[in-house]
Amino acid sequence: MRKTDADGPILEIDSLSISFFTRAREIPAVMDFSLTVQPGEAVGLVGESGCGKSTVALGVMQDLGTNGRIVGGTIRFKGRDLAQLGREELRDLRGCEIAMIYQEPMASLNPAMKIGRQLMEVPMIHGGLSAKQARAMALRMLEDVRLPDPRRILNAYPHQLSGGQQQRIVIAMALMSKPSLLILDEPTTALDVTVEAGIVDLVRDLGRKYGTSMLFISHNLGLVMGVCDRVCVMYSGEAVERGSIKDVFDDMRHPYTQALFRSIPRPGADKIRHPLVAIPGNFPLPHDRPGGCNFGPRCSYFEAGRCDAQNLHMAPVPGKDRHETRCVRFREIDWNQPLQAPDRAARAQVGEVVLEMEGLRKYYEVTPNTLFGSGGKRVVKANETLSFDVREAETLAIVGESGCGKSTFAKVLMGLETATDGKITLDGREIQDKPIHKRGRALVADVQMVFQNPFDTLNPSMSVGTQIMRALEVFGIGRSDAERRARMLEMLDLVKLPRDFANRRPRQLSGGQKQRVGIARAFAGGARIVVADEPVSALDVSVQAAVADLLMDLQRERKTTLLFISHDLSIVRYLSDRVMVMYLGHVVEIGATEQVFAPPYHPYTEALLSAVPIADTHLQKTRIVLEGDIPSAMDPPPGCPFQTRCRWKDRVPGRLCERVLPPDIPLGEGHRIKCHLSADVLAEMEPVIKPAAT
Amino acid sequence: MEQLSWTGALGPWLNPAIGAAVLAFGIAAIAHMFVALLTAGQRLQHAPGTAARHSPLAYRLTRGGLSLALGALVVVALAYLVGGILLPPDQKGIIGYLSTRFLPVWIALGLTFALSFAFRRRLGLYGHLFDNPVGMIGLGLVLFWVFTAVFAEMIVTFDPVRDVLPGMKNRAPGTPLANPAQGQFDHYLLGGDMLARDVFSRMVAGARVVLAIAPAATLFAFMVGIVLGLPAGYLGGRFDSILSFAANLVMAFPVILLFFLLVTPEIVEMGVPAYMAAVLFLFPIIFLVILWNARYRTHPMRRNILVGLTFLIGGWLYLGLAWDADPLGLISIPDGVLIVFVSVVFVNSPTVFRIVRGLTLDIRTRDYVAAAQTRGEGAWYIMLWEILPNARGPLLVDFCLRIGYTTILLGTLGFFGLGLPPDSPDWGSSINAGRGLLQVFPFPPLVPAVAIMSLVLGLNLLADGLREESLKD
Amino acid sequence: MALFILRRLGVMVLTALCMTLIVFALTNLPPNLEKLAKTQAGTRITDDEVHSWLERNGYSAPILRRYGEWLGVVPASVATDAAGNVVGGRCLRGVRSTSIERVPRYCGVLQGEWGYSTKFRVPVSDLVTERLARTGVLMFWAFATMVPLALIFGVLAGMREGSVTDRTLSTISIASTSTPEYVSGVVFVVVFASSAVGLKWFTGSAKSAVNGITFENFTLPVATIALYGMGYIARMTRASMAEVMTAQYIRTARLKGVKFRDIVLRHALRNALIAPFTIVMLQFPWLLTGVVIVEALFVYPGFGDALVQGAQNNDIDLLLAVSVVAVVVVLVTQLISDIGYALLNPRIRVS
Repeated sequence: MRKTDADGPILEIDSLSISFFTRAREIPAVMDFSLTVQPGEAVGLVGESGCGKSTVALGVMQDLGTNGRIVGGTIRFKGRDLAQLGREELRDLRGCEIAMIYQEPMASLNPAMKIGRQLMEVPMIHGGLSAKQARAMALRMLEDVRLPDPRRILNAYPHQLSGGQQQRIVIAMALMSKPSLLILDEPTTALDVTVEAGIVDLVRDLGRKYGTSMLFISHNLGLVMGVCDRVCVMYSGEAVERGSIKDVFDDMRHPYTQALFRSIPRPGADKIRHPLVAIPGNFPLPHDRPGGCNFGPRCSYFEAGRCDAQNLHMAPVPGKDRHETRCVRFREIDWNQPLQAPDRAARAQVGEVVLEMEGLRKYYEVTPNTLFGSGGKRVVKANETLSFDVREAETLAIVGESGCGKSTFAKVLMGLETATDGKITLDGREIQDKPIHKRGRALVADVQMVFQNPFDTLNPSMSVGTQIMRALEVFGIGRSDAERRARMLEMLDLVKLPRDFANRRPRQLSGGQKQRVGIARAFAGGARIVVADEPVSALDVSVQAAVADLLMDLQRERKTTLLFISHDLSIVRYLSDRVMVMYLGHVVEIGATEQVFAPPYHPYTEALLSAVPIADTHLQKTRIVLEGDIPSAMDPPPGCPFQTRCRWKDRVPGRLCERVLPPDIPLGEGHRIKCHLSADVLAEMEPVIKPAAT
Repeated sequence: MEQLSWTGALGPWLNPAIGAAVLAFGIAAIAHMFVALLTAGQRLQHAPGTAARHSPLAYRLTRGGLSLALGALVVVALAYLVGGILLPPDQKGIIGYLSTRFLPVWIALGLTFALSFAFRRRLGLYGHLFDNPVGMIGLGLVLFWVFTAVFAEMIVTFDPVRDVLPGMKNRAPGTPLANPAQGQFDHYLLGGDMLARDVFSRMVAGARVVLAIAPAATLFAFMVGIVLGLPAGYLGGRFDSILSFAANLVMAFPVILLFFLLVTPEIVEMGVPAYMAAVLFLFPIIFLVILWNARYRTHPMRRNILVGLTFLIGGWLYLGLAWDADPLGLISIPDGVLIVFVSVVFVNSPTVFRIVRGLTLDIRTRDYVAAAQTRGEGAWYIMLWEILPNARGPLLVDFCLRIGYTTILLGTLGFFGLGLPPDSPDWGSSINAGRGLLQVFPFPPLVPAVAIMSLVLGLNLLADGLREESLKD
Repeated sequence: MALFILRRLGVMVLTALCMTLIVFALTNLPPNLEKLAKTQAGTRITDDEVHSWLERNGYSAPILRRYGEWLGVVPASVATDAAGNVVGGRCLRGVRSTSIERVPRYCGVLQGEWGYSTKFRVPVSDLVTERLARTGVLMFWAFATMVPLALIFGVLAGMREGSVTDRTLSTISIASTSTPEYVSGVVFVVVFASSAVGLKWFTGSAKSAVNGITFENFTLPVATIALYGMGYIARMTRASMAEVMTAQYIRTARLKGVKFRDIVLRHALRNALIAPFTIVMLQFPWLLTGVVIVEALFVYPGFGDALVQGAQNNDIDLLLAVSVVAVVVVLVTQLISDIGYALLNPRIRVS
């Protein structure tokens, strides 16, 4: 393959500006952005959605689409200015020397082309290899990305593989030509946590093996820490801080970086001792940026007349290696000043049991055709014997990855589905067989839900006020429209939204604001149990904390029981009283938060904990990478549901795990796990997260 | 009186001008195509879209030339129309006379466009159309025919059905009347048909027939499709299977066979159209009643008023339209029109049903639908107030397309002489009447053919513009 | 797959049964039968004569029974005279002998008896086969012109959305979908065939095409049918192509360094043609309308012409045969479109 060799940096971006042009105006997406990637180095690019990090990547690839254009600055790859390259030269570079991996693995692979052909294409174009050689190479590459049975996979179509396998293919494809630079744009966002951990490990190892430089784009500080040597933090189109991981994570010199770290839950933090501090305000829209420092209006160190006076430039932090910040006041700010925790009421007193589940089961029958129903019916066991209870004003977190049955459980509780077997008792009434239209108005108002996707949770064609009013109407609150209107405005106050939002359409709101409306709607009827299905996972990091806090404030004030469904163990640890871990429809562990987050663990909980990316250089964790993917609920493994991926399986004698479903083992104080491991083996377990040895 | 020429006194100046404009346009188009092909490599060197800045001189030159030629063409065409109005009567050509006759349409069109353009920022999706040249042309064409239908009485020069003037059979456009009566228009502007009626007046009156039936029939088809498609998609199950089977059955019927079987005097004699109308016309009433009931079940008073009004007004219209039994004697449809109307609705409904069902299947998975379910909303509330409003974009686009398709269907019916009375001025019947002698006297069928095409083209362009603009939101 | 096809065949048979029943019911309404009797036995006959004519020819039995007779699952009723000779009835039509033993008991579709055309006075099966062959030729040429053109138009336009090529081709496609056959036919004849003002390149009638297709007599009918359908397919192809070109995997291919030509041919085309393929196949029922119009306009005695004649003369057996053929064509194309969709789209194939 024709590769240029150069001694200098692999990639040098110098004061790059990129704009998108619409008919009305020019929208600057990236401004004055500089970055250098040295050979063999992995650089992280961190920021919230819309900060321009993906645009930088596409700018490097010279693929900005029809209305994007580089309006200033240069991008040099191994010393060559990419803007000066001809079409042929550019094509020789792409895929050969610079490769890119992005978010949706399924979408990145051609659905109508076999995996093998898609992989072989790369060396055939760039290296002029024959089909046979290319095939051999593809086979080796598949082994490198640790895919089982590579021969079969070469002949498979993308849809026949799981998400994790697809992403491995995409990685293999990117590495086929041994590129000098690999750009990864949120490569794991669409994947489950345990799968994500495997991919991140793979990327790190392969990067080292081939000496590839990497530009790793992510919103997740923990992931960046795990993969990268250096990091660049972006905010609203600009780089605000740049430096080594250690410098930026431990001695940050930009208020935004600091605020970002303070708004994410860290292991060990809980809602009473280390409350999260949300960043006030909203992300500025690209055409609506403030003068001077973009972060100014949201910054607690803001000083009028200085911060908003002129455009700021990156300035080096004295005494550090290549650590720079875009803040005029970074020398004056006391960076070690402890956080002034906002006053927060103590944890609410947990009351009586309100909701009880006893041996709840939910099976689905899947039939191929309804008009001429024939052929084999298949049963999906979405929930298997769930038993637990929740008390008033308690937060129970339900944790699990996709397919674990947590959403099905929510549907059964809400009455959108009826249980196949078992009992749900709410305040002494059995409701498992009552679909929603048979529940009384009060019961419906009592059990409400907050949904995951903020862009989907509100009806786009109704104003915000109308939607809350409708909920009030349905729940029979208020005697007249005027009364309901007043109540609706109060609800807006309650979720800290301005009252004039009542007349707005959902599309005029940001994701966090929509989620607040969703919360207002759920609490409108004075709900006693609120099921929050991943309410913050689709939000930006800086907004997550604010929404989570709001949810907890409301809960505390109203003594609401909160069932918090999430896959994010950091936030779960931060806000829940008790945790329930689910896997393939089974509850594998349940207990108080401290119990679940400390050994002995259920092997799955242990793996889950280990997979959570941690953005803290003072902690280290045991790496446990689960093999394979989550089995399908249509066709679960015999015995213990987790046995196919369990690393402790061989500690149980007589292949018991493969034959018998383990019983619930009580570990005291309401903590129980579903596992065959004996007490002394459990006692051997060590904490997954430990303070780093310094 | 002498035979009118097409262009009248304007001809000597404008005819060479338009010839030159056409020639320039042709040359520019060919040149641009060549340059575009030759410079494709250079232009693609950078990301596409940066073309505007980096494209080679030749490319920009030919493109400028192309726009210039197109502009000239439009200016000359306008000059024909405006000049035609301004010329004194004795110097006008056919185009001049036609343009003058359409004066009310021009005024209405100008006013509508000026007003809409001024307030386009406040008019939602309709306003956005004025950012989209394709949509604007489409809207212009559609409005032209709408206003023509509205002002038909002012525009026609003769009675389209009764004025059968001796000696005017199959005459060429611009033929003067042999001995015009006092106050009578003195030319057949677009010639005479085989029964010696004025082709121009028939075309104008035909617009009224077509535009009275096509949009209304489409609306009814939408009512049927929505009322059945929403529950089929939302509830699914056996109900969906049966309805989908029925819809597929109707769609598998060749349209033309259905027309031949349904739209015959024998069928009308049996009262079949009335029965079909009785079923189909119920749907709008059902739709409204469910709509009000679902929305205002928490306000019984308001619901009762709305439902009552719907029953009263809807029932009255229903009796008049479907059963020809209006107690006030105001509303009725002739049998021939009714059967045409009903069969067009019948043919269109299954397709609308399929579209609505598909959209419903998509939207029902949204979280806001789940949110409505979890607060215990009824199925019909969710369908009509949570799902339907969010399907309006694609439905609106399809509505425009479907009016066009319905117009084509009406033309087909006319073309085979089905349904409407043979002397009806609608475009399909006129084509049918004239097609026998098409090769010798081309104008009688050609004029309505061009009319149909321009209306349908306008609707299709409008739909395209709407689609583009609604995707931008 | 076999199960799928079997199930589809079941639906097909059911659809065909429902459809023929509807056609049967509509053609056998009393006024229609009366009209038939009058066209067959003379327009001035009295009501009694109408009645006895219907009785004699087996039209007076209950409708479901006669539908069964047509299907061939119910023995056909026969009218006999005093001598025991068969004088009328379904099975007599087309049979020479009148002796009761020689007349078959069942003579429906299942026995291969499609009946006798009252208009053309020949067995329906002969008529329909002959007409279908003619229309098949017309359809073949229409498809052969329409589909490749439409696909090329659509792919070229969708390849680079928003370009001048795209705008030009899209405008042409919209104009073509706005031109129904009876409009384009009229315009084509005026421009290319009219003796008054036209170019006289082609003939305005396809009557002579029965004896041999020539460029002169067949171009206009083919072009007329092809034009209306072409725009629709082209627009679908364009939409599908444009969507595929913005897909992530096309970007992957581009960033792999694949040439634009190869991106279009290897990566985009197959995915982009899935949707239009379905559309092309579903065009058949639409084309039938076009065929009827074109055959009427260009005086070409094909299947469409048989349909028109049958309908205008209430030729029951002919109409039934025509509708069976139509529904079979429609359903078979649907089946092919489903199978083709599954073959083109590997995602469907497994499940």
